[in-house]
Amino acid sequence: MKFDTPATTNPIDQMKIVGKPTNRIEGPLKTTGTAPYAYERHDVAANQAYGYVVGSAIAKGRIASMNLDEARAAPGVIAIVTADNAGKLAKGDFNTAKLLGGPDIEHYHQAIALVVADSFEQARAAASLVRVEYARGKGAYDLAAAIDTAIKPKASFGTEPDSAVGNFAAAFAAAPVQIDARYTTPDHSHAMMEPHASIAAWEGDKLTVWTSNQMIAWSVGDMAKTLGIPKENIRFDSPYIGGGFGGKLFNRADVLLAALGAKAAKRPVKVALPRPLMINNTTHRPATIQRVRLGATADGKLTAIGHESWSGDLPGGGPETAVAQTRLLYAGENRMTAMRLAVLDLPEGNAMRAPGEAPGLMALEIAVDELAEKLGIDPIALRVLNDTQVDPEKPSRPFSQRQLNKCLETGADKFGWSKRAKPGATRDGRWLVGMGVAAAFRNNLNGPSAARVRLAKSGVVTVETDMTDIGTGTYTIIAQTAAEMMGVPLDKVAVKLGDSAFPVSAGSGGQWGANSSTAGVYAACVKLREAVVQKLGLASDAVFAGGKVKAGRRSVALGDAAADGELVAEDKMEYGDLAEKFQQSTFGAHFVEVGVDAMTGEIRVRRMLAVCAAGRILNPKAARSQVIGAMTMGAGAALMEELAVDKRFGFFVNHDLAGYEVPVHADIPHQEVIFLDEADPTTSPMKAKGVGELGICGVAAAVANAVYNATGVRVRNYPITLDKLLGKLPDMV
Amino acid sequence: MKSFTYERVDSAAAATAAFARTPGARFIAGGTNLLDLMKLEIETPQHLIDVSRLALDKIEATADGGLRIGAMVRNTDLASDARVRRDYGLLTRALVASASGQLRNKATTAGNLLQRTRCPYFYDTNQPCNKRQPGSGCAAIGGFNRLHAVVGASDACIATHPSDMAVAMRALDAAIETVDAAGKARAIPIADFYRAPAKTPHLETVLAPGELITAVTLPKPVGGTHIYHKVRDRASYAFALISVGAIVQRDGSGRVALGGVGYKPWRVEAAEAALPRGAKPVADGLLAGARTTHENAYKLPLVERTLAGVLTQAKG
Ligand SMILES: Cc1cc2nc3c(=O)[nH]c(=O)nc-3n(C[C@H](O)[C@H](O)[C@H](O)COP(=O)(O)OP(=O)(O)OC[C@H]3O[C@@H](n4cnc5c(N)ncnc54)[C@H](O)[C@@H]3O)c2cc1C
Ligand code: SF4
Repeated sequence: MKFDTPATTNPIDQMKIVGKPTNRIEGPLKTTGTAPYAYERHDVAANQAYGYVVGSAIAKGRIASMNLDEARAAPGVIAIVTADNAGKLAKGDFNTAKLLGGPDIEHYHQAIALVVADSFEQARAAASLVRVEYARGKGAYDLAAAIDTAIKPKASFGTEPDSAVGNFAAAFAAAPVQIDARYTTPDHSHAMMEPHASIAAWEGDKLTVWTSNQMIAWSVGDMAKTLGIPKENIRFDSPYIGGGFGGKLFNRADVLLAALGAKAAKRPVKVALPRPLMINNTTHRPATIQRVRLGATADGKLTAIGHESWSGDLPGGGPETAVAQTRLLYAGENRMTAMRLAVLDLPEGNAMRAPGEAPGLMALEIAVDELAEKLGIDPIALRVLNDTQVDPEKPSRPFSQRQLNKCLETGADKFGWSKRAKPGATRDGRWLVGMGVAAAFRNNLNGPSAARVRLAKSGVVTVETDMTDIGTGTYTIIAQTAAEMMGVPLDKVAVKLGDSAFPVSAGSGGQWGANSSTAGVYAACVKLREAVVQKLGLASDAVFAGGKVKAGRRSVALGDAAADGELVAEDKMEYGDLAEKFQQSTFGAHFVEVGVDAMTGEIRVRRMLAVCAAGRILNPKAARSQVIGAMTMGAGAALMEELAVDKRFGFFVNHDLAGYEVPVHADIPHQEVIFLDEADPTTSPMKAKGVGELGICGVAAAVANAVYNATGVRVRNYPITLDKLLGKLPDMV
Repeated sequence: MKSFTYERVDSAAAATAAFARTPGARFIAGGTNLLDLMKLEIETPQHLIDVSRLALDKIEATADGGLRIGAMVRNTDLASDARVRRDYGLLTRALVASASGQLRNKATTAGNLLQRTRCPYFYDTNQPCNKRQPGSGCAAIGGFNRLHAVVGASDACIATHPSDMAVAMRALDAAIETVDAAGKARAIPIADFYRAPAKTPHLETVLAPGELITAVTLPKPVGGTHIYHKVRDRASYAFALISVGAIVQRDGSGRVALGGVGYKPWRVEAAEAALPRGAKPVADGLLAGARTTHENAYKLPLVERTLAGVLTQAKG
């Protein structure tokens, strides 16, 4: 099915099942510990052996020699895989560095060997007996020191590095009120609960991988390329994923090494990345240095908007697209954005929840707060004043829907924004209290997505698609979609996901999963409805409801259509140019209240509110979970998350969850989420958009702005830790 | 992890005898620190002597009006003991500010005193670390050291001791009772228990190999207001950037010990005389001779400000 004109009325609009805050259909499996996650799939292949990864001890250079004798002789060892004996391997399109390094080393903890043994303990013990001599090379590890060498990168995922409209330089110079400030965001780790893990088994030249992966088709293709075998010979199965946040968009070392280990050991092999290896072995959100320049008239109209960002990556990598939102968020006639990329020999930078927007808004939305302060205008009023209903770089392109102002105004009302006082003026015992606000913005992306639906005689509808549920609630919204389309209750729908044998979906990433994958299911259901109507000889306007199909005076049980055999329909939703004609984006406003200990500078969030306008909300309960999780992650980015770079040795030092702190319950006392009532007919027949990444966008800036309001201290370098406040807090009493 | 053998003993004498038979063995109590270190091959004992079920799990009154806390008393049980809560509130507060509920259920009094540093380079066997591998160098000096020591450190090591409990014990003048392999018992004041890193940061306490901690004693209660303020980036389940444990009397006199600043819980009795005059002179005395890096220099004003807050709170 091709979606090339805005949706009109369709069965989803009934909203009998879609749009309800349904509990997760797979919830009981998770709460009882019976959902099969990759590493625990003991039943899928007999005789599994264990692989343990050896990571490089240096960041850059060469392996001078590698001695495997002791490790080979250790108890239980079956095989050891290294670049020397693995045969020819290519690099996947989605990987920047090789998944198996050697003799050249590209980054710290790059995998250089896999030791396979009968037990996990034996594999781990033997792995420490792999003796490696290195010739250390010279690398670049310090972004601030490297920005002078940064170059203009090529477009990444369709985002050009530069943009310019009007005459920014002149307009900025002429602006009566200016902000020109530099902000930094550190490297971030996805820190998802479930580590990367895979079990691989070969049958002849056919490979099966039970894994934890967000993008099945991409990753099958990349593994085929890496191994040099046809992708038809590879099957991935990833029904449950314990979090990804972008860290599992692509294959990591566990997949390749499990496959190579299984080949060498001639039996199935399972590999999980140990937590202390994950942070340097896999990808991370790259640090940025950003400069934001805003010029405004005395009454607050933006006349010049400039945003530049520098980030680093391994050779061949890409930039963190931190200026992307600035091209679209506010009106203003003269604009420039630029991204520059330096070569850094730190581990591979790549996508993490709201890549680009998350760090970009961390800077931009402080700058807007600074401008409001300078103008003496309320920061909400300033944002409302500079709203735009069209793409400011291309005014002929309207936003399909944009209710940013309503988000801000609704939130202000619900949060008690009018009680916000001047910076440093609110005290509650030893706490300095402040409120902050920031806009949330993230583009909506759609991707082609296919699904197969089967109707059984029992009236049960089964959906099959390689779509993944990374903890977001995909199983449930797909079931809701199929139930609504076929007119059956939710318990008559079964959903099977994550198997590359199923039709190719959009996958989970870039908050495109929910709308795209359900649109694919919609398309398949439309076909199934046609098949049912035809089979039953009913008029084409038959109504599907209550497990029955009704046309005129006839009412037939849906399952009857499958009386002499299952009915199967498959289709793929594809998109025309509506996303070019309309700018499709999601919007929100984040409100945060913090307390700052006047003595110690400790910052504690007290309340958070998000108001989101993100198209039709397919399941308010799941969507709320997405947003509160993202708000939590945003609070982490604001207050504690930072991969500490050792600039001499070139690695992230705090490479475990004791050192890389993410918020715990005590950090997040009270959160609320409001969704504005929306349905966007330009996005798909579902009229939905994404929310999972919108939720993190702007949160950290709202926290930063609240800290400013509490203390009068402006911190522009994240995370905002107490050492950055201490010298500037009010004197002790 | 290296392979090791294991035995469980049922008396202190059996524990030290087992050590005498297998030099290089380690005692294991709750295992919450030792096992993690063994998995990473930071500790590689060939034999473990499990002391976790020794009958050293009682808290008893001593003749001089204090308490004797068995070495195997779990952190949770110690924190919730009615006498401790009433008379040694600082200890309860320090304990509940540490680790997590699950960990405190396992962690023991002896193990807590002997837990090792959280220096991230100590945890990464690819990196030079004099404490882990004597003579290899110290990666933290010149590296990421925002969390490291500002007092008592040496050119060989700038690690801190991470225990919260030990800070309270130090302010309370605890003594550590031990028995050695020859069966000889002694009591070591906590002030003398930890060794300065100097050139040998791998030697952390004055315990002889195989010397078993049997109990920790607290002298009779000193009254006063007990406050433990642990300062950290996240609100729970994080080690202290710094912590202040204080006992403040009505007349403004009192005791102060610091966590997160040195290789041991840090107390300078001479500095306490200045307590009635406020935080600054006390902090100056406590931190005299401090050596900081550009990443951890904030700890000096932080100690002073935190102490000032604690003193204000004590006035209540
Ligand atoms: C994630 C995490 C967070 C933590 N957070 C904190 C925190 O915030 N604050 C804090 O203070 N602590 C914290 N801890 C540390 C925790 O308090 C210690 O791990 C615990 O107290 C150690 O006690 P244990 O009984 O498990 O010791 P073990 O691991 O069993 O032993 C530790 C050491 O003591 C030796 N030992 C044990 N018993 C004896 C004995 N009777 N005589 C002689 N030697 C003995 C062992 O040989 C070993 O060397 C944390 C730990 C973890 C894992
Ligand atoms: S500070 Fe001490 S523990 Fe840390 S690296 Fe240096 S020597 Fe090792």
